[in-house]
Amino acid sequence: MNSKQMELNEVEVWDGNTCNAQALRQASVDVVAAYPITPSTNTVENYATFHANGYVDGEFIMVESEHAAMSACVGAAAAGGRVATATSSQGCALMVEVLYQCSGMRLPAVLCLVNRALAAPLNVNGDHSDMYLTRDAGWIQLDSFNAQNAYDLTLMAFKIGEHMDVRLPVISNQDGFLTSHTAQTVRPLKDEVAYNFIGDYVPVNAMLDFSKPVTHGVQTEHDWHFEHKAKQHAALQAAFPVVEEVFKEFKELTGREYNIVETHNLEGADVAIICLGTTYETATIAADELKEEGIKAAVVSPRLFRPFPLTQLAQKLQNVKAIACMDRSAPGGTVGALYNEVAGALINTEARPVMRNLIYGLGGRDITVHELKDIFRDLAKDAENGKITGKIQRLHGVRGPELSFYEL
Amino acid sequence: MSKSIKDMGWDELVPGAALYSFDSNVDYLMAETQPEDRTYCETNSKNAYVGDWRVIKPVWNSELCIDCQNCWVFCPDTAIISREKEMKGVDYDHCKGCGICVQVCPTNPKSLLMFNETEKNEDALTKWPEKKKKGEE
Ligand code: SF4
Ligand code: SF4
Repeated sequence: MNSKQMELNEVEVWDGNTCNAQALRQASVDVVAAYPITPSTNTVENYATFHANGYVDGEFIMVESEHAAMSACVGAAAAGGRVATATSSQGCALMVEVLYQCSGMRLPAVLCLVNRALAAPLNVNGDHSDMYLTRDAGWIQLDSFNAQNAYDLTLMAFKIGEHMDVRLPVISNQDGFLTSHTAQTVRPLKDEVAYNFIGDYVPVNAMLDFSKPVTHGVQTEHDWHFEHKAKQHAALQAAFPVVEEVFKEFKELTGREYNIVETHNLEGADVAIICLGTTYETATIAADELKEEGIKAAVVSPRLFRPFPLTQLAQKLQNVKAIACMDRSAPGGTVGALYNEVAGALINTEARPVMRNLIYGLGGRDITVHELKDIFRDLAKDAENGKITGKIQRLHGVRGPELSFYEL
Repeated sequence: MSKSIKDMGWDELVPGAALYSFDSNVDYLMAETQPEDRTYCETNSKNAYVGDWRVIKPVWNSELCIDCQNCWVFCPDTAIISREKEMKGVDYDHCKGCGICVQVCPTNPKSLLMFNETEKNEDALTKWPEKKKKGEE
């Protein structure tokens, strides 16, 4: 690092975008490509300020679209550099083609994805449709519940993706506005400590290593494509122990604990809400408040959306009787993706809990503690009856007559 | 590379399908080393036969060639063999039959002409056109 170090307080008041920008600065990224889009704009904007003021010694390149941003990242990563960018919603959609290139070429880029609804209709507020859009792109996906998480996970994203057993790109997700624009207290690491935690970037097959010319982005067809995809899948699965190791090291360094599956009040719980993002914290309040009603409620969230922790979730959910899988993305003619995945995790287990699928919070609509308590109460009834009353999927909080589908 | 790529399982492949050009690190001056002296990898395109796209082929007439190197400069597949600035012929394993070399050949008549793929080179050479007079198309 040749750049100036930044004096940080032990506790800072940062929003999620600042957390991303600070993490990228401390990781000493070689190339950051920037194309702004709400609500992730401030990630690259803050980073640009750091760059302008001498706190960054890497390249900051302004590109003409998100497709170009990710393309620049792929090129720079193939050349042998540590790279990162940020986006949301339509920008993410425009990047998708190149996301597949990046993971297929096994380049450990980091994408700060500030989750926002996909158009149409146009909407700048948060839901998880962009996260869901990228779910099969072969990237590791980490999910934060608040600004502190966003800072921590964006830092850890580098260490996870760059691990020699993994070598895959990583998306660090946070909720648009709820996390990205809400200032919260954050405990940052000192610049040196953060950098040393991640470590120097070790390029693999760098194109700028002229002593070992290499072709990137090759064609494989039927004779090799399958094998390369198998290798990529194996590397994604191999990320679990690496993630565990990184979480452990991070806990030793900071005292902050992260788990592949985060749980709240799971011990002895009868019912559980499974959700992603900021909803986790709201649901924990609801679960706590229900204790006095005698409802044993838990909240569960996979910290990794990819690779999806099927085994870990199945183990955790063995004693729960009723579950609501909360999907913050329009399901487009089927059950929500999270429901689908959790169902996949549980279908082969002995004790199969009953499972509802709630579609909620689209386009930034709030979900409140009050509503989450009602959901838990419904689940308590399901648990008691051993079956779901009514339909399996419901669009929660939509105006008009109740909209629900999928009945057995 | 010790094992041929054909015998490899998915777990042995280079991550990201990156292909190496040379067997070992290049610690010599590439520009001064002739292709036959370089240590190409199995995965270098030099070792892949890609000439089967061709339906017509360029035939070279060494009698007329003035070694101007135009064809070598313009060939998109590096399929013109040139050594010490002398034209040596066409690498038919890699030539795609695009005809660009013929277009850029400046002699009269041209020293490279396209013939049917099935035509024998020695037969083609007997069918060479006469020198054209000024103004003749
Ligand atoms: S026909 Fe095309 S590919 Fe073949 S030698 Fe001529 S220029 Fe090269
Ligand atoms: S362009 Fe024609 S004259 Fe020039 S080197 Fe090639 S074959 Fe010979």
